[in-house]
Amino acid sequence: MLEIKNLNAGIEDKDILKGIDLKVNAGEVHAIMGPNGSGKSTLSSVIAGKEEYEVNGGDIIFEGESILELDAEERAHQGVFLSFQYPVEIPGVSVTNFIKTAINETRKAKGLEDMPASDMLKMIREKSELLEIDRKFLSRSLNEGFSGGEKKRNEIFQMAMLEPKLAILDETDSGLDIDALRIVSNGVNKLRSKDNAVIVITHYQRLLEYIVPDFVHVLVDGKIVKSGGKELALELEEKGYDWVKAELTA
Amino acid sequence: MSLKDKLLSSYLTFQENTSFDNSILDIKDQAIKVFETEGFPSKKDENWKYTSLNSVTKPDYSLVSHADDAIEFKDVKQYFLNDIDTFKIVFIDGVYSSYLSETTHDGVDVCLLSSALTKPKFKQVIDVYFNKIAKKESLTALNTAFAKEGAYIYVPKSRAVNKPIQIVHLSTGSEANLMLQPRNLIVAEENAEVQVIERHQSLSSNAVFTNSVTEIYAGKHARVDYYKIQNDKENASLIDNTHIDQQESSEVSVHTFSFGGKLTRNNLNYYQNGEHINSILKGVTIIEDKQHVDHNTLVHHRQPNCESHQDYKGIFDDRATGVFNGKVVVDDIAQKINAYQSNNNILVSDKASINSKPQLEIFADDVRCSHGCTIGQLDEDALFYMRTRGIGKKEGRALLMYAFANNVLESVKIPQLKARITNLIAEKLGVNIGFDL
Repeated sequence: MLEIKNLNAGIEDKDILKGIDLKVNAGEVHAIMGPNGSGKSTLSSVIAGKEEYEVNGGDIIFEGESILELDAEERAHQGVFLSFQYPVEIPGVSVTNFIKTAINETRKAKGLEDMPASDMLKMIREKSELLEIDRKFLSRSLNEGFSGGEKKRNEIFQMAMLEPKLAILDETDSGLDIDALRIVSNGVNKLRSKDNAVIVITHYQRLLEYIVPDFVHVLVDGKIVKSGGKELALELEEKGYDWVKAELTA
Repeated sequence: MSLKDKLLSSYLTFQENTSFDNSILDIKDQAIKVFETEGFPSKKDENWKYTSLNSVTKPDYSLVSHADDAIEFKDVKQYFLNDIDTFKIVFIDGVYSSYLSETTHDGVDVCLLSSALTKPKFKQVIDVYFNKIAKKESLTALNTAFAKEGAYIYVPKSRAVNKPIQIVHLSTGSEANLMLQPRNLIVAEENAEVQVIERHQSLSSNAVFTNSVTEIYAGKHARVDYYKIQNDKENASLIDNTHIDQQESSEVSVHTFSFGGKLTRNNLNYYQNGEHINSILKGVTIIEDKQHVDHNTLVHHRQPNCESHQDYKGIFDDRATGVFNGKVVVDDIAQKINAYQSNNNILVSDKASINSKPQLEIFADDVRCSHGCTIGQLDEDALFYMRTRGIGKKEGRALLMYAFANNVLESVKIPQLKARITNLIAEKLGVNIGFDL
């Protein structure tokens, strides 16, 4: 589904990603772990198409085609979804209004008619139940005054509505208490299927107890320095990132 | 000949061709003297510092209108609100069009000012209200001198007009540049209610200069909601002078939607002459190219225990320029006043500009007055966020701008009008998305 080949990227002359290789197949969950400043969020932003980042080499292939030349919205239309670490507040646009616009714009890009209002409402009801979202919440301005947990639940709600092929969850566990973590993880797990893939970006192993990955990659200084199964996350938790770094220099 | 000279020299001919009685002619004679002394305002006037009328007064205008009866409703249908039943007072080049209009005398008067100024049965109301609220400054005086036509709305005590009233001024300008001076008088007596929608629309590419005056009187407990749609062509300029006299416990709202036109100046003056009055002033301005919109507001709090709420939002693209000058005066006896004013702006282009100036003159000591002004750009992080959800750049920008202006739309009480304004905004921003969900 996704193949990243020798990806080099940075911002304003500063190299951040220094040759990333990653292959994600449909049905898989990959975790990318790493210390602060290792380039985790840069990687997710570059995949999603943030223009501030300059790609200096390599390629990102999604469903067989390079997406480097595509705008962020075009990548979204292809089925790439990024859940933000810090979702942006948009006063004056309700959660419902926003998601309806997002879905219909995506449908428009595919040459489809707007989703009938009744189907939309039904879908909103189902997906908000999945994430234990109160109806009142849906009429509030997007992310404005939301708690950390509400913001993240809203991200996963949007993911549920948009049904992406590839979801990248950037630090979805940060700012979550244990109940919110359970709800968010349940949501993600219910959305997993053999046809879609998830990349979980996280600093801590905690989230991976709920969303169990098939593969774990360790990102240090812009490179994936170690890959393994889910047990790698536990090992990291126990020994810390210094252990990987020490191994590298050894 | 300058426009001022042309106007002055044509005044006598104008007067000879009317059938007003002496009391009206006296008012007009006094008014032309005010205009003769003061002339058109210039940038030297503090109130006109950021708006020059030079380009507006330059063309040679025809001061006499020739009604063009060739207009069919289907050609101008788009300028009306059609999905609800309304009264309509329609003028073509300043001349009343009976076949496009729908007036009434059933319990309320929704008709023509020309009738009201000349027929004896209206004399009592005209004597009490005509030209009594309007400020005696030059542009209003100019209108007073020449005005002979416009809308006349009289709502007696405890009556409500059962449907909104549309006042539509169409200008064909088919033969020449045209100067129009419509005059509206709206009287809502004690506990009366009325909703008015006003629009000026040019149908040709000749220059149109409209100097409009509206007087609104709201008696005790009366409610008046007035909506102005300013979405005219690039050849049309409008000076809208609106003067409002409010009595005890009345509520008057004016919403001004400025989406087009060459130069638009709104002089909106509220006088609070009783206690427990609420005055609401709202505006959304979305302009581009070299368009210019100037909101000059005055709220004069003359009595205690009243409120005023001003909320103006502006979005300026290209080389568009905006002005907001909001003056609040609180007299020394007007204690316990709550006066709010906010003016928020987004500059989409770095060539666009806005001059925002609050003016508070407070002579009472127990009042709450707030004012705030912001000028900013669109939030790039929010745009990226939207794009990752499949909402394109243009649509995302439009959504952000709509969201920015949305709280001004929330107080529009006619749902079909709100939908129309929403569509105009989408059209203006060049997107095809349903904002209102």
